[in-house]
Amino acid sequence: MSEVATSAHFKENAHAALTDARLQGALGFSRNFVGRRAAAVERLPEFEALRDSARAIKDHTLAHLDLYLEAYESKVRASGGEVHYAQDGEEAREIIIDLCKSMGAKSVTKGKSMIAEEIGLNHALEAAGIEPVETDLGEYIIQLRGEAPSHIIAPAIHLTAKDVEREFRKAHHDLPPDRSLTEPEQLLSEARQVLRAKFLAADVGITGANFLIAETGTSIIVTNEGNGDLTQILPEAHIVIASIEKVVPTLEDAAQLMRVLARSATGQDASVYTTLSTGPRRPGDPDGPRAYHVVILDNGRSAMLGGEFEDMLRCIRCGACMNHCPVYQAVGGHAYGWVYPGPMGAVLTPSLIGVAEGGQLPNASTFCGRCEQVCPVRIPLPNMMRHWREREFERRLSPAPLRYGLGFWAFFASRPTLYRLATDLAARAMGVASRGKGRFSWLPFAGGWTRYRDLAAPEGATFQSQWRARSGAVR
Amino acid sequence: MNAREAIFASIRRSLAVSGEEAPRRFEVETRLKQAPPGVVPKRGQGDLRARLATFKAEAERAQASLAEVGTWADAPAEIARFLRENNCPATLRMGADPRLATMPWSETALELLRGASDGRDVSAVSAAFAGIAETGTLALASGADNPTTLNFLSDNHIVVLPREAILADYESVFAKLRDAYGKGGAPRTLNFITGPSRSADIEQKLLVGAHGPRRLHIIIVGED
Repeated sequence: MSEVATSAHFKENAHAALTDARLQGALGFSRNFVGRRAAAVERLPEFEALRDSARAIKDHTLAHLDLYLEAYESKVRASGGEVHYAQDGEEAREIIIDLCKSMGAKSVTKGKSMIAEEIGLNHALEAAGIEPVETDLGEYIIQLRGEAPSHIIAPAIHLTAKDVEREFRKAHHDLPPDRSLTEPEQLLSEARQVLRAKFLAADVGITGANFLIAETGTSIIVTNEGNGDLTQILPEAHIVIASIEKVVPTLEDAAQLMRVLARSATGQDASVYTTLSTGPRRPGDPDGPRAYHVVILDNGRSAMLGGEFEDMLRCIRCGACMNHCPVYQAVGGHAYGWVYPGPMGAVLTPSLIGVAEGGQLPNASTFCGRCEQVCPVRIPLPNMMRHWREREFERRLSPAPLRYGLGFWAFFASRPTLYRLATDLAARAMGVASRGKGRFSWLPFAGGWTRYRDLAAPEGATFQSQWRARSGAVR
Repeated sequence: MNAREAIFASIRRSLAVSGEEAPRRFEVETRLKQAPPGVVPKRGQGDLRARLATFKAEAERAQASLAEVGTWADAPAEIARFLRENNCPATLRMGADPRLATMPWSETALELLRGASDGRDVSAVSAAFAGIAETGTLALASGADNPTTLNFLSDNHIVVLPREAILADYESVFAKLRDAYGKGGAPRTLNFITGPSRSADIEQKLLVGAHGPRRLHIIIVGED
């Protein structure tokens, strides 16, 4: 179940991922994102200014969140929709299931929604006897496998075409067994055919929202497949599930954010479908849902406002941070053990499920800083991971060897003369011990490092003594 | 305290505000009223001829196909040609848009179906609310004139776009929207569409024709 976290076992998860040859093969696909984003950014001279604008919009909205939520809510009601509030996942599940039951729903189609993953909506629907059908191709594939997404915009990125073929043959057993499914085109075409029938039969459609517009009471979804649209226009009812920080003031503000979202996510100038939905079907409309509900979820976010993790609430879920993260690229999304992977997941997870469960994740960083460099809303992700590490250390949640090791280091680091002496000695000793090979393939207490790569041996004097020698009397 | 009250209380506690502060309320009201545009890319700007050129280039980048005709009356022949060229049945679904309804359809052999789609249509035609030069995007507004199901359920989506409706950017469409629906108003559904549907969910290979149309054909109407 997606809502059960294994984040506390990040280390074990990561070890397993590193030795999973199939996964390592599939992870190569996600590297395409980097070049595509760079090309899209290259084509738009205003991109950096748009990032500043996007950040300012989010900061302004968060500082006035109560008022924008009020404005949004009154506009939704004026357009004939209903707004519901949920403090946590349990309340949100209850609201949605009650709505579905009141409409006699048996089948629910779903557009891709990370909030639905966060609250474990599919399991709750199933338990209530309602069939949830994921309609985003990637989400559909992982639903067949009973898995959680491994990426926030490319949920099945950990799989190969071969894996997908296997799932489709298992699930679509009423189709001819001798059909060819070797090409991705054939897989896509089969999913389209199977899901088309599901779209037309669904009683309720549930989507997330990329943005909620206070000015008009509009919810916006962004997709490339068109699945979100078929989810929301065909059934009798459209339920939107969104967290409190998705609200922005105006249509213009949403356009600023859309411009950085698509480019940061997939490297497109614009996603194929950006859809603005306002209330239910109007008099005279020949299609569209007859009921429109919005479920607004808090789940720990309001407590992040005004604190050291508030910046995280700017996140627009583009996935650029994980696409550019050496740790994510090495271990994939499932190792993070909950809903949100990569750098944004490492910061958000401890906020949402607690530092005891998620406190391991902020350690999954090399502090290379690429995530912050590419973040469209300039979230200082490395800094925030550092905050979490400090908290983990203060609360004595980090492992004992690490704490003692840091204490040992701190003893020397706060005594400069002793530190220089000790590092000089250690560098010389290690240089001798490496016997001129320049590297160690094994070292006591460093097995965790040397199991996967050599440790470079110090050559000659320490940096500090070289620096002193170079700058001579100047210092 | 119900969930709504609890969430608002928690937000206000974290922000250290009461919600009653007049300056905060004023700032929010002003922003909602003025809707400042922010940073608008230069790419889509220019006179109609420049916008047309940018629109065409961007729409083609997004893998839409394009045709230009002189008047609305020339559109049916172009639609018939497009369907023939792609070996599609000569059947077409459309809404009640008067611009489409008054076209000389009898000059073609096309069979016309009216109203929302039931999911079995191969081809459908819509008239656009606007075009956006910046990204080669179409804006389509829901209603009896152009039912939203036509935009997604057909294999071939044909969209007729008046030349003068090609605007520079999203902000210009919002201005047009406010003229048509009033400030703070909006159609039930506004679709921004940039190219045919696609997915890259299998091995990051970009494939056109996911759940929505496999082809998007844009017919631009108007004389130079």
